[in-house]
Amino acid sequence: HLVSFQKGIYDEALSSFFRNVDTRSGDDGPDIYKGKICSLKARALLIDMEEGVVNEILQGPLRDLFDGKQLITDVSGSGNNWAVGHKLYGCQYRESIVEKLRKTAEHCDCLQCFFIIHSMGGGTGSGLGTFVLNLLEDEFPEVYRFVTSVYPSGEDDVITSPYNSVLAMKELNEHADCVLPIENESLFDIVNKIHQMINSGKLGSTVKQNSMVTSSAGSAKTVQEKPFDAMNNIVANLLLTLTSSARFEGSLNMDLNEISMNLVPFPRLHYLVSSLTPLYTLADVNVPSRRLDQMFSDAFSRDHQLIQADPKHSLYLACALLVRGNVQVSDLRRNIERLKPSLHFVSWNQEGWKTGLCSVPPVGHSHSLLALANNTCVKPTFIELKDRFMKLYKKKAHLHHYLHVDGMEQSCFSEAVSSLSDLIDEYDELDATKGGLRTDPSRLKIAV
Amino acid sequence: MSIVTVQLGQCGNQIGHEVFNAICSDVRGTHGLCSKKENESYRDACKERFFSEEESEVPVARAVLVDMEPKVISQTLSIAARSGYWKYDDRSHFCQKQGSGNNWANGYSVHGPRHKEIIMNLVQKEAEKCDRLGGFFTIMSMAGGTGSGLGAFVTQCLRDTFPTSFILNHVIWPYGTGEVIVQNYNSVLTLSHLYQSSDALLVHENDVIHKICAQLMNIKQISFRDVNQVIAHQLGSVFQPTYTAESGLHYSRNLLGIDWQVRPPCLGSSVPSSHSTNKPPHFNTSVANLVILRGKDMHSVDLGSFRDPSLYTSWLNPQDAFNVWKTPRAFNKYEKSASLVSNSQFLLKPLDNVVRKAWNMFASKAYIHQYTKFGIEEEDFLDSFTALEQVISSYTIL
Repeated sequence: HLVSFQKGIYDEALSSFFRNVDTRSGDDGPDIYKGKICSLKARALLIDMEEGVVNEILQGPLRDLFDGKQLITDVSGSGNNWAVGHKLYGCQYRESIVEKLRKTAEHCDCLQCFFIIHSMGGGTGSGLGTFVLNLLEDEFPEVYRFVTSVYPSGEDDVITSPYNSVLAMKELNEHADCVLPIENESLFDIVNKIHQMINSGKLGSTVKQNSMVTSSAGSAKTVQEKPFDAMNNIVANLLLTLTSSARFEGSLNMDLNEISMNLVPFPRLHYLVSSLTPLYTLADVNVPSRRLDQMFSDAFSRDHQLIQADPKHSLYLACALLVRGNVQVSDLRRNIERLKPSLHFVSWNQEGWKTGLCSVPPVGHSHSLLALANNTCVKPTFIELKDRFMKLYKKKAHLHHYLHVDGMEQSCFSEAVSSLSDLIDEYDELDATKGGLRTDPSRLKIAV
Repeated sequence: MSIVTVQLGQCGNQIGHEVFNAICSDVRGTHGLCSKKENESYRDACKERFFSEEESEVPVARAVLVDMEPKVISQTLSIAARSGYWKYDDRSHFCQKQGSGNNWANGYSVHGPRHKEIIMNLVQKEAEKCDRLGGFFTIMSMAGGTGSGLGAFVTQCLRDTFPTSFILNHVIWPYGTGEVIVQNYNSVLTLSHLYQSSDALLVHENDVIHKICAQLMNIKQISFRDVNQVIAHQLGSVFQPTYTAESGLHYSRNLLGIDWQVRPPCLGSSVPSSHSTNKPPHFNTSVANLVILRGKDMHSVDLGSFRDPSLYTSWLNPQDAFNVWKTPRAFNKYEKSASLVSNSQFLLKPLDNVVRKAWNMFASKAYIHQYTKFGIEEEDFLDSFTALEQVISSYTIL
């Protein structure tokens, strides 16, 4: 977005994610609050227990965006071991992490939210990541914690990923405000879908450059993109759209704290299934309302979800729609009316929709839609995770690698899987109410 | 008499801006199909009511803008100033960064007390600018967190600080199929609290205005701006100066000078039944009606049907319950226009729906933890439900 708008003025929208630093006296220069962009520094902390990935970022085209001091790295990695990440490195780096967090928080006028981005299956992201989550709750209890977690697929090549994921789930259950689960399979399918579209050579269906949900639109990159880049860009676009209403104006603003308020009816049920549409914009210029409506329909289809789930055939607890671009309230209303009958909503929230309208579309699009659903369709993902966990745990496979670590005990495992089972039970109870006979609870009687 | 407007939250500020726009454009407009003297009289009355003349050449709206996030207020201020015809006082606003997160408890129990002094100071400043303060007009939505929660708190503060002033709350009823998932909770809490401090609640339902845009105005892609402009037009047609029965030859200085002090007869006293109880089924029973006529031929209008006793509850005399205000000065380029402000069973169904849905949700305790986090407990919810069931009951037995 920055590159596309050459005026180079540091504004409110930019300041939500970046500081504007006067780097003439080095990286430690003072912040500039208004006026021209001098040097943007991401309000971010990069943590990895091995150096390869972070080094690549620091040598890549985006290197100037990251403050060299906002890094925590080590050499040997966590060996795909949650216990090493959480207990060993957690303990070792606690102070350093807190110090850097405080520093970056001090540069914020008003800190509203932390985004934690990690994977569940490995050792660092999963273990140290959830350690940081805990830390954030202790040190900054008032600040929302949004977690974007990449869940491992069935054919994951990390054998211990079920252990790591379940151990991490317990932390997410207890310490996250909202979790946006992502599955690589879904991202991969979406990338493929787009490639098919581009290569199908259908007449009149050329895809507009930079309009794909996988494109790092307008980015400074000219290097050949690597396989995960397209998939990761989908997640990046998800986070961008999620925060768009907080950064840009619109006729019905939707802030991050509103997402948490409206989509989390009970504290532990905070897992949100997300979908982004459209996947790409075709090159023809006019957007008939038919295409707009298609965008809404797609948002509910199973192949647009970012995890392997089918929200249409499960139970909705709550649903949020954030629209960007030239879409008005009547378009929203029309589509909600149209799609509602085919969706199942829980008895106490039959008409529960949270809507937002942001005037500024993403770069390259004329309009886009983010759907966030608190829906029981996450249940299969969790059940599979538990099953894979139990397969290993019953045989006590690889357990010694974990119990080896100081502070790690067998009870950590049993508590973790118990926490996951409880969560699955809660979704089960809700599913049981689906389609059942509903009688409204009797109202208060007033003496006239 | 002057009115100080308090715009609360995104909705309140967006609508408030359209209201001042509509009023200003009406006054600036053509001579309004009446004599020059009439027109000047109208313009002066309007200006006194809504604007203050300051060193700047452009009239300054008598308004305080409040929001817990900065974007809407900053937009509102700049769009108004850009019009060149009127503006807001640059200092008469207060905002924060975080928003209220659609959480009534956050607006009422956290933001309210925290910012009470600053906000009331701004209101006091505006009030002092008025030669004669007529009352307060607050604009808010029920569905969100700031307009609803902070709005309810500010209304209470207004009542405490100005015990004898007239307070009129303009409340926006959200779309039935939802804009905010916890909108029914927020609505129940707002209405029950406003009832304690407000003199009158003037309601606009988004669903109804939307229908007006779609069916009567044929707008294809309806935006919130369209909705807000319809609302502003309706409000303008009610608030612009008129002659009332009491005001004689001058434009009336009282805003909504209807005697709202209706009291139903106590149990046991005899109810005068001067007419049969077979009321035509399609009329909502009214407590009071006000018709406002503007423009040509307003003297020759036959308003007899508004005095039909079957419109009113049996313990009211239509002479007391029905009022007319008039002015020959046309409103907003409409040669003739009429408005009806009604206190009747009209809102019974929507109110009942909101309470039913909120109660339904409350029975399962969904989202309650979000409110208790900020100090609104289950007992507070129960109190609010009780209050509204009483309102529903009172209107039902009219």
